[in-house]
Amino acid sequence: MPSSPNLAELRRTARELRKTILQTIAKAGSGHPGGSLSMVELLVGLYWYKLRHDPKRPDWPERDLFLLSKGHGCPALYTVLASQGYFPKEELMTLRRYPTRLQGHPERGSVPGIEISAGSLGQGLSMANGLAMSDRLDGRRRRIFCLMGDGEIQEGQVWEAAMTAHHHKLDAVCAIIDANQLQQNGPVKDIQDIEPLPDKWRAFGWHAIEIDGHDIAQVVKAYDEAETVKGKPQVIVARTVKGKGVSFMELNPSWHGVAPKPEELERALKELDAVAV
Amino acid sequence: MAELKPTRDGFGEGLLELGRTNPNVVALSGDLEDSARAVWFKKEFPNRFFSVGIAEQDMIGTAAGLALGGKIPFACSFSQFVTGKGLEQMRLAVCYQKLNVKIAGSHGGLSVGADGATAEALEELTVLRSLPNMAVVVPCDALEAKRAAIASASYPGPVYLRLGRAPTPIVTKPSDAFVIGQALTMRGGDDVSFIACGVMVLHALQAAEQLAKEGVEARVINLHTIKPIDRAAIIAAARETGAIVTAEEHTVVGGLGGAVAEVVVQEHPVPMRFVGVLDRFGTSGDPAELLKAFHLMPEDLVKAAKDVLRLKQPL
Repeated sequence: MPSSPNLAELRRTARELRKTILQTIAKAGSGHPGGSLSMVELLVGLYWYKLRHDPKRPDWPERDLFLLSKGHGCPALYTVLASQGYFPKEELMTLRRYPTRLQGHPERGSVPGIEISAGSLGQGLSMANGLAMSDRLDGRRRRIFCLMGDGEIQEGQVWEAAMTAHHHKLDAVCAIIDANQLQQNGPVKDIQDIEPLPDKWRAFGWHAIEIDGHDIAQVVKAYDEAETVKGKPQVIVARTVKGKGVSFMELNPSWHGVAPKPEELERALKELDAVAV
Repeated sequence: MAELKPTRDGFGEGLLELGRTNPNVVALSGDLEDSARAVWFKKEFPNRFFSVGIAEQDMIGTAAGLALGGKIPFACSFSQFVTGKGLEQMRLAVCYQKLNVKIAGSHGGLSVGADGATAEALEELTVLRSLPNMAVVVPCDALEAKRAAIASASYPGPVYLRLGRAPTPIVTKPSDAFVIGQALTMRGGDDVSFIACGVMVLHALQAAEQLAKEGVEARVINLHTIKPIDRAAIIAAARETGAIVTAEEHTVVGGLGGAVAEVVVQEHPVPMRFVGVLDRFGTSGDPAELLKAFHLMPEDLVKAAKDVLRLKQPL
């Protein structure tokens, strides 16, 4: 964890991750590009800056934990873990195809670094809380991050867990909301409005930080701020763009769960390469 | 008359003992720790008890997190609420991840009594035994419930314990072995077999006494573990007695009877009858009155035994 992150380097990392994510989904022929692209900077800020982890020791008991609750975003997590050396990069091209360790939604332990299984939305935050309770009993001090989608938090279990984290003052828990504005059938505000997000979480007793989730400087600053909060859980409401970085995917609900065709992939990669970072 | 004690009390004693012997054991409840008898553990180990509010989905997910952290969590509630609302969490967070979560449900079956249909779990054994990796245990008395609680803590992986609210006689002996997955033969006999769980073990024993007066020797098997099922005990019962009656305080749709039949029809088909709740909801009443109204009494088992004996092929 560098004390002052090289932001330009992190931006370049994010761009390379986006390219690989799209390649893996295109190769798989199915998957969720929109929600994978929206969470890239949030993962970069963790894995290249804030998270205390060691790819060579994925079971290190003192490691910080990252729980991906929005399981459909796993192409982004798989790409991050492979880039960090948790498993061979070549394996990314087996995504979703039998026999693979990289299912369409992640399975705990299938590859090193996958901390929980996910795919049925709304379950990660409860597990984060349980881990924090366990750590407290053991006197272990580590951070537990849980990334959720904005559509995902329509699940009632998320709000049950929000109350539990508040009640038990689980300040090791930091929730991250990838608020990419869209869900499978359209804009979140049309399917079921969940705003105002920061106020809602504050009313549930959480310390809420609202950021532009694609501005890597804001992302790392939010992680730093969250860590200083004592006695209450924290939530980072990251305002993001579904399909970020590819013009024809951005904020287009039809790219929730469709893989790019070869010519679309080529266009997308060109666009990403053309952007100055 | 033997001592009367509900199985939930036996569980509560077992949980308390676990608290004293295993520092990794923790408990959770959503405002039902009194009913599920986890309150004794809570009083002695307040730091290891987690109140999660009336929120069963979160309770199971939180228990999964505690298990990920290396704890052995007991999530305690009413059978119906925890298994109904928490089912998806049990499937993904607990069973799919093969986590060491124990789920204790009190108020299983009709003997809940006056609270009525909504609190009477009658379908959960069917549902839970369909989940890969889940063990399903229904103790028949308080003594067995205590041993089941203790055994479940050292059993690797998810376990569901179904407990009852109504005080019932102790029918097992302290010398009886209790191993998850190993049926207990409570009475020998070669004419017909009763295979039962929970309070129906008592009724099977009483039915066997009645049949004995008529010269029929019934074997009584206490199938306290519905999953993983003791295939050997069931196959032996089919082969050696040639007729089987199952009995459960639960729907006949896919519960203990269904689980036994799955073994019998594939390994050694013999005539069977299922005594249980006939695909309907419960209702309010005195537990004994309800068991009678729903045809779960010893005389109902006797009648079912006579039915299978008529169909039985000469051995």
